[in-house]
Amino acid sequence: MYLTVGLAQLYPKIGDVAANLKTHLAQIEAAKAHGVQLLMFPELSLTGYNLQDLVYEVAMQPTADNPIFRQLLEASGDYGMDLMVGFVDTDRRARYFIGAAYLSDGKVLHVHHKVYLPTYTMFDEGRYFAWGDAVRAFDTRFGRFGMLICEDFWHASPPYLLWIDRADLFLFHSASPGRGLDASDRLGSARWVQLVNQAYGSLFTSYILHCNRVGYEDGLNFWGGSTIIDPDGEIVCAAPMHEPALCIQTIDLNQTRRTRTRLPLLRDERTALMARELTRIIEEAPDRTLGAR
Amino acid sequence: MVNTLVQPQQRVDVDTLLTINTDLATKIMVGFIQDAVTKVGFSRAVIGLSGGIDSALVAFLAAQALGAENVLAVRLPYQTSSAGSLTDAQAVIDQLGLPALTVEITPMVQPLIDLFPDMDGVRKGNIMARQRMIVLYDQSADWKGLVIGTSNKTEVLLGYSTLFGDSAAALQPIEDLYKTQVRQLSRALGVPQSILDKAPSADLWTGQTDEGELGYTYAEVDRLLYLLVDGRYTVEEAAAQGFDRAFVERVWRRVRMNHFKRTMPNVAKLSRRSIGHDFLYLRDWAG
Repeated sequence: MYLTVGLAQLYPKIGDVAANLKTHLAQIEAAKAHGVQLLMFPELSLTGYNLQDLVYEVAMQPTADNPIFRQLLEASGDYGMDLMVGFVDTDRRARYFIGAAYLSDGKVLHVHHKVYLPTYTMFDEGRYFAWGDAVRAFDTRFGRFGMLICEDFWHASPPYLLWIDRADLFLFHSASPGRGLDASDRLGSARWVQLVNQAYGSLFTSYILHCNRVGYEDGLNFWGGSTIIDPDGEIVCAAPMHEPALCIQTIDLNQTRRTRTRLPLLRDERTALMARELTRIIEEAPDRTLGAR
Repeated sequence: MVNTLVQPQQRVDVDTLLTINTDLATKIMVGFIQDAVTKVGFSRAVIGLSGGIDSALVAFLAAQALGAENVLAVRLPYQTSSAGSLTDAQAVIDQLGLPALTVEITPMVQPLIDLFPDMDGVRKGNIMARQRMIVLYDQSADWKGLVIGTSNKTEVLLGYSTLFGDSAAALQPIEDLYKTQVRQLSRALGVPQSILDKAPSADLWTGQTDEGELGYTYAEVDRLLYLLVDGRYTVEEAAAQGFDRAFVERVWRRVRMNHFKRTMPNVAKLSRRSIGHDFLYLRDWAG
């Protein structure tokens, strides 16, 4: 089974949801011309990244009642194209989340709330957002998928949980600020993300689709370099660094079966042992806060 | 027989860590300038061209980002400025084909300097730096271009700059590059050789050099600053890398004492939502 995916590596305008919606619809239009079945947008693609006090202005709910989502949902139905978009979710109780929504055939199939909110060095997400409290895989017409947002996959546990929750394809998106200029032709942050994504592809014998944004916000640069990693951990395609691009690639989903036949890491995974030992470790942990989170 | 392979414990090779990929740096900074200027509705820029390496590098980057015809180079000599500064700045103007202007600041600053016969060199230097800022911002209004700053990481960390003088700008493309890295990038971009070769100087009096005034070389202090700032080394850990402990302490104290130049003035908080405390929007909010 083949799947034609698009990675819309775009530059969202900070705080301007209407302008960003237009950009999304233009990307959808362009992707349709190439038969894209699944189009991914970056983290907070509808709002921009470092929103600070704009968080409260751009928040929305991912339903057909919302004029922004209505147009995206219509597009997903009209074009037969599944979409993963980034937005600020709110639960009407004045809690705000960094959200990723998966839209298919006019419906919201799944929403993931970012669990890990980086609040260190240049990051201040924990100041504005509530953390998501679930990591769940979900069924799509192409198979069972899992979505994670940026810092979520800087931690090893969320991808692992999705794998055990039967996700066979991982959709990662991010708004990753570039840092770590040295003699290399890529920034340290770009090298790190590609390294871990190749590791996830290898360890979970699954496709890893990563869509990262580009552009600048107050001197931060976003490095792009979106990639598709195959179940052997190899790079199938890589979008350019630091430039907007719509990267389209058809992937062979049967490769997952072939790789897992050669390398049955999933078959041999001891989930009960894992759960038992993890429970024991948390119960025995001298640092009790580790167990409470 | 045991084939042992014991690696000697080595000092961190800071010179290697300070080396940058000049193509990547250029790409990011050129993109940054383009973005920062155009997103607020401008297409042009103004740069004070001193004849030194920092402003030469910024001129090269800005010309690449905006097109040379959109970058106004302003030379701002004082009566004691060296002739070499003017000719070196001219070399940049000629090489890039920049529109240029020379505004002599002596008649503007001299009346103030003459009011206080005991004025020391630092005060005079600050007056000159602030007068240059005034001229650049006036040209900014006339030329309809943003003032691009030319500060580098070393001088900003050490506070070797004038508050509201050379530190005043709409954007700072090279402020995250140490002087050593500025030199590396300038070589790669083809900044004129005479500028690369000469000793960095504020050019306030004959024979003045930055390194003479600071008491150490940029190469030396950049290695140390890289460990303390980028590497998050403690003073003790930096000294253990072979730096003289007194030198490390002196530099770190200087970084701390000059922090006021790197921050906005403190605002006395009174209300529930205050500028500078919890009224938080990006500068790019305006764009």
